[in-house]
Amino acid sequence: MQLTTHDLTIGYITGKQTTAILSHLNLNLKQGRLTALLGRNGAGKSTLLRTITSASQPIDGSIDIDGKDLTAMNGRERSRIIALVTTERITVGGLTVTDLVSLGRQPHTGFLGRLSQSDRDTVEHAMQLVGIDHKANSYTSDLSDGERQKAMIARALAQDTPIIILDEPTAFLDIASRIETMQLLHKLAHEQGKAVLLSSHDLSQSLLMADDLWLITNKGKLIDGTTAELLKENALERLFDNPRIKFNPTLLDFQYQE
Amino acid sequence: MKLTIRFYITCIVLLAVLFLLALACLLYGSVDIPASDIGNIIMGKGSDNAAWDIIIRQSRVPMIITAALAGAALSVSGLLLQTTFNNPLAGPSILGVSAGAGLGVAIVMLATGGTIGTLLGTAAGGYITTLIGALIGAGAVLAILIAFSAIVRSSTMLLIVGILVSYLASSIISLLNSVASEEGIHSYVTWGFGNFSGVTTGQMPVFATAIILSLIAATLMVKPLNALLLGTRYAENLGVNTHRTRNTLLVITGVLTAVVTAFCGPIGFIGLVVPHVARFMTATSHHARLIPTTILAGADVALLCTLISVNGAHGIIPINAITPIIGVPIIIYIIVREKIHN
Repeated sequence: MQLTTHDLTIGYITGKQTTAILSHLNLNLKQGRLTALLGRNGAGKSTLLRTITSASQPIDGSIDIDGKDLTAMNGRERSRIIALVTTERITVGGLTVTDLVSLGRQPHTGFLGRLSQSDRDTVEHAMQLVGIDHKANSYTSDLSDGERQKAMIARALAQDTPIIILDEPTAFLDIASRIETMQLLHKLAHEQGKAVLLSSHDLSQSLLMADDLWLITNKGKLIDGTTAELLKENALERLFDNPRIKFNPTLLDFQYQE
Repeated sequence: MKLTIRFYITCIVLLAVLFLLALACLLYGSVDIPASDIGNIIMGKGSDNAAWDIIIRQSRVPMIITAALAGAALSVSGLLLQTTFNNPLAGPSILGVSAGAGLGVAIVMLATGGTIGTLLGTAAGGYITTLIGALIGAGAVLAILIAFSAIVRSSTMLLIVGILVSYLASSIISLLNSVASEEGIHSYVTWGFGNFSGVTTGQMPVFATAIILSLIAATLMVKPLNALLLGTRYAENLGVNTHRTRNTLLVITGVLTAVVTAFCGPIGFIGLVVPHVARFMTATSHHARLIPTTILAGADVALLCTLISVNGAHGIIPINAITPIIGVPIIIYIIVREKIHN
């Protein structure tokens, strides 16, 4: 399964005015690989992810899955192709981790959402894969941020989709949980053969873990390529406007230079 | 597994309480009737005292059924509103849905020359017309809430909008009443107290059918309701059409609230409080367990209010004088707990 964009223009529409943020995107999301979407705030990372997950409409161009137009599909068809993990914290109390992960089975269950034995097995397996099974009966409100994010990733896994998209999954996490989460996503892409796309501000972890990068430059262009290629081309220099903020390839991070 | 057992135990306890409360409402009231006579009347053997026969069959039994159904209806209505607006303090009375239904009733009554308190049967078009008025009123308030929820994202602001709409509706009703007769005002005030004895045996089929069908419809929404617990974006990603789902839920809420308000007056607090009682008892937010528990707990709470109401030392105590005593402490508890959690 392959997600491809054709001359895609993304942006937002307010009233009659259309504002394009990124244009002519011809991207390819590869299975079995972890792709990191990087760019400064407001560069259009979230808009791109919203457009790919059909929360926003493309302004121009198209997105397709194996040649099938994604925007023309109904919600239920899409829910079996792309699973989503957002930045926002879920606020609901009174759901155990198992309840939460089980919600991921909704695209596959019947009208009342009853779980079959094979659904339960999938849920169990997803919790084991992300390493949250020891908290299966804990309430999500009692989890640490890192554990809650793992539970959300398990929920996405239980959805059993070829593509998983994560909007800044490590934003609220401490460094240990950030590393763990990125490691986990890398593993899922490689061992489960999923196409995993995430947006992040955590540059060093993204460069260490991601196979491919989508870089949104300060000029509003999106450069894509493998992490190794883009590091070699020093493409990261093009992320920010300020010439004093330099990329340090040994640290895999930016530094201020006088 | 433990939670499943807890759910079944909760349901059994609530059913037992429901039975006991219904029995108590049958046995105790403003008129003392011997239990043996009540037994005979219920078993269809009748009683030597014709007045007792009428009291039991045309007053107490319909009142018990009305209270149980109305309590269940308002509570489920509150649960649906809390999930739809992702707001633990939502409920049909606090969001102004009951007031909207009341305004609809008031307009129909005045337009057809009746008075609100005597609406059941005296309106020119009969009670069906008043029911339609209530539905339109509740629907209008829900439409306003939908419009505002798109503009104001904060759930607290939405509550304030609901409260304002409530005040506005009450104020319009009062103004309408100023052109009504003195008798009309008196009966409006009585109606505003809330009571479960307004549904006659003749009206019962319509009342019961509307509520039972709506409760079934709510039960069928379990799957999208659970998805909505994660917020609209996750729900969409799980394949839920959130617009259609929300509209369906609000139609169900509107029917439940409107039917109860038209027949029983605007009953406060039950819709807001009972879903929390149900969550507390089952320790879950999962709607497959929450809806049945809410139905049973709602019926229990309404019957408890009825039992207190009909056993006042100096006649009937208004239902709306009892519900806040049960409701307010629970709401304060919720607010304090939310504060601690955040």
